[in-house]
Amino acid sequence: MSNSSNIKQVAPPAGYAGEGFFATKLSEVVGLARANSMWPLPFATSCCGIEYMATMAATYDIGRFGSERMSFSPRQADMLLVMGTIAKKMAPILRQVYEQMAEPKWVVAVGACASTGGVFDTYSVLQGIDKVIPVDVYVPGCPPRPEQILDGILELQEIVKNESVRRRSSQEYKDLLNSYNIK
Amino acid sequence: MSDLLLVPEKRFEKQIKETKEKDGIELSILNLGPTHPATHGIFQNILLMDGEKIIDGEATVGYIHRAFEKIAENRPFYQINVLTDRLNYCSSPINNTGWWMTVEKALGIEIPKRVQYMRVIIMELARIADHIICSSVMGVDTGALTGFLYVMQYREKIYEIYEEICGARLTTNMGRIGGFERDWSEAAWRKLDEFLEEFPSVWKEFEDLLARNRIFMDRTIGAGAISAEKAINYGFTGPNLRAAGVDYDIRVQNPYCSYEDFEFEIPVGQSGDCYDRFCVRNAEVWESMKIIRQALDKLPAEGGYHADVPDYYLPPKEDVYNNMEALIYHFKIVMGEIPVPNTEVYHAVEGGNGELGFYLITNGSRVPYRLHFRRPCFIYYQAFNEIVKGRSLSDAIITLSSLNVIAGELDC
Amino acid sequence: MSLTNEIVQQTLSQEFTPKVENFHIEHDMLAFEVKKEASFEVINFLKENPEMNFNFLTDVCGIHYPDYEKERQFCVVYHLHNWYDNVRVRIKVFLPADNPEIESIVSLFAAANWQERETYDFYGIIFKNHPQLKRILNMDEMKSFPLRKEFPLEDQGRTDKDDRFFGRTGPNC
Repeated sequence: MSNSSNIKQVAPPAGYAGEGFFATKLSEVVGLARANSMWPLPFATSCCGIEYMATMAATYDIGRFGSERMSFSPRQADMLLVMGTIAKKMAPILRQVYEQMAEPKWVVAVGACASTGGVFDTYSVLQGIDKVIPVDVYVPGCPPRPEQILDGILELQEIVKNESVRRRSSQEYKDLLNSYNIK
Repeated sequence: MSDLLLVPEKRFEKQIKETKEKDGIELSILNLGPTHPATHGIFQNILLMDGEKIIDGEATVGYIHRAFEKIAENRPFYQINVLTDRLNYCSSPINNTGWWMTVEKALGIEIPKRVQYMRVIIMELARIADHIICSSVMGVDTGALTGFLYVMQYREKIYEIYEEICGARLTTNMGRIGGFERDWSEAAWRKLDEFLEEFPSVWKEFEDLLARNRIFMDRTIGAGAISAEKAINYGFTGPNLRAAGVDYDIRVQNPYCSYEDFEFEIPVGQSGDCYDRFCVRNAEVWESMKIIRQALDKLPAEGGYHADVPDYYLPPKEDVYNNMEALIYHFKIVMGEIPVPNTEVYHAVEGGNGELGFYLITNGSRVPYRLHFRRPCFIYYQAFNEIVKGRSLSDAIITLSSLNVIAGELDC
Repeated sequence: MSLTNEIVQQTLSQEFTPKVENFHIEHDMLAFEVKKEASFEVINFLKENPEMNFNFLTDVCGIHYPDYEKERQFCVVYHLHNWYDNVRVRIKVFLPADNPEIESIVSLFAAANWQERETYDFYGIIFKNHPQLKRILNMDEMKSFPLRKEFPLEDQGRTDKDDRFFGRTGPNC
């Protein structure tokens, strides 16, 4: 163990500690648990997918942030990482994969193409996946460095930690899904 | 209307009904969908299965069609380099240098020897990077994750070399008409030397892990085999063709960029199955390292890092700020108002997957009139359904990954 | 004696004039035009003739020339390659605008299958006797042929782009 001073210790959530127990709000615990074990669905379509492969590999290792198991099945995934250009031909499939994911689910648009269409302002490319599904975090870059992708995932983890447990049944969330015509 | 024009599912439904009535066997349709961990990239295969055996199939592609050829008709030459990166994105420098060589052929520009050797070094490094991914991912698809995690570290080392040269890791956008944007720094040369020292033992270890591994051999030998005549008829080039036994390599057949100065062998396989493709790619990495070493040894000291073509190559910034002529050249080149003849040119380079060709038609304006990319993946992927007919589903998966189909190149 | 551009030109002119014309060398590659009725014949000859021996089809693509005469608006370009003597050749077949049809060469080279589909998808050029001539890269429901010059690059249905900020005026897009 090192005594280095640049190790940041995460503060525990506000709560009441005693001998062998720690009492805090349920939402804090749920938030911590969800944030630190986000299983991604790597929806890798193009070049950003290769940078994701580098993020998965040993040098940048996304596993240390809780994303050890890549779930290629939408049913078992928490976050949908859309990496790469989505063409209009692919958009219904993206939509279907998103709908198959179980709540709670989050979406990260990795790369310029997924965020806004990127360099490809053409008739066949969807100009941003937020045209078909709601997105939580946008990671810009073409392709973004693995550190940027990890930054995006850390950003998402902050969102997840602080999300209310009631959010998924709230009217606001329902309105959001309705605006995309997602049942 | 012909049956074949229907959506594959409809076409197969008829076949299912007929087989049920005739033989009593119930076939099923399996959608090896666009999003599947084994399809590295998004392309779909609708397979007609009898249990685990594949009877028929149809590939549907175009899920990442980004209309490069249409974009290229609206962009000046320097902006098209960005598009070429994203063809076979595992080995972008090869696409970039191929594009610059096409433009230089069209404009009639001669490149100094030193620049050509530097281009050869970077192209071979890109080829090593591409084969690292393909071979290690073949391991992943058979369940051997170790190889991938181990050799990806060395792909990171190659990324560091790219960063020293052009600033980017993956989509390098490298080079200009006439050469490179800047001379390679001392750090780039040092990292290249370190890579060449460290990598051979790593690659040998990776090969030893899989090449004589009983499980891997049982999975891959015999899967997805293709004969040489069929491969040539289907337009195969590159490692997939060499695995079938044909020693066709553009670097030897139509040498470009001083490849004729280097001695290297062309590894060939015998039966064109997945195991041969794996072994051919591994052997090509050794040959590429040999070429890089020869290029480093023979690198001329004189020649700079770009050709002397002020009409096409951006002048150095100090000159732009102090010299009127340089300022005018800079302005014209950035706006794309460079002197371009009326010509048609086809130039091919040996990409990671085969003959990557650029067919450029210029008409004197700042944008090409027509640019067509001859993409090897698009052409050889046609044969996929035929080479997996009669084999099992797991063979189809390993064949897909051994063919190294990169979606960006497939759909352009 | 190995094959050279001159021999190819001579043999083809002898066999096929007036169906082949306009031989010229562009950057060391022999290029010529073939009338559309004879395209299959000429390519078959180049493939089967033991002296010509063009065993490899490198590329098939299309071009749209809206400024040419109506009989020459579309062009299908074939690049063939003879591996034994290392000779490449470019064949251009011009097609009229109102009826861009040409014989498919899938029976000669299986590599032409998807490439002809791509050309059909982009330009609307019909390849007769193609086993499966349907769209390949674009969406199946698409009605227009996007690589024709009159088709715009960008999606015209977008409401979120303000062209004033991009310096775009009508013809500029």
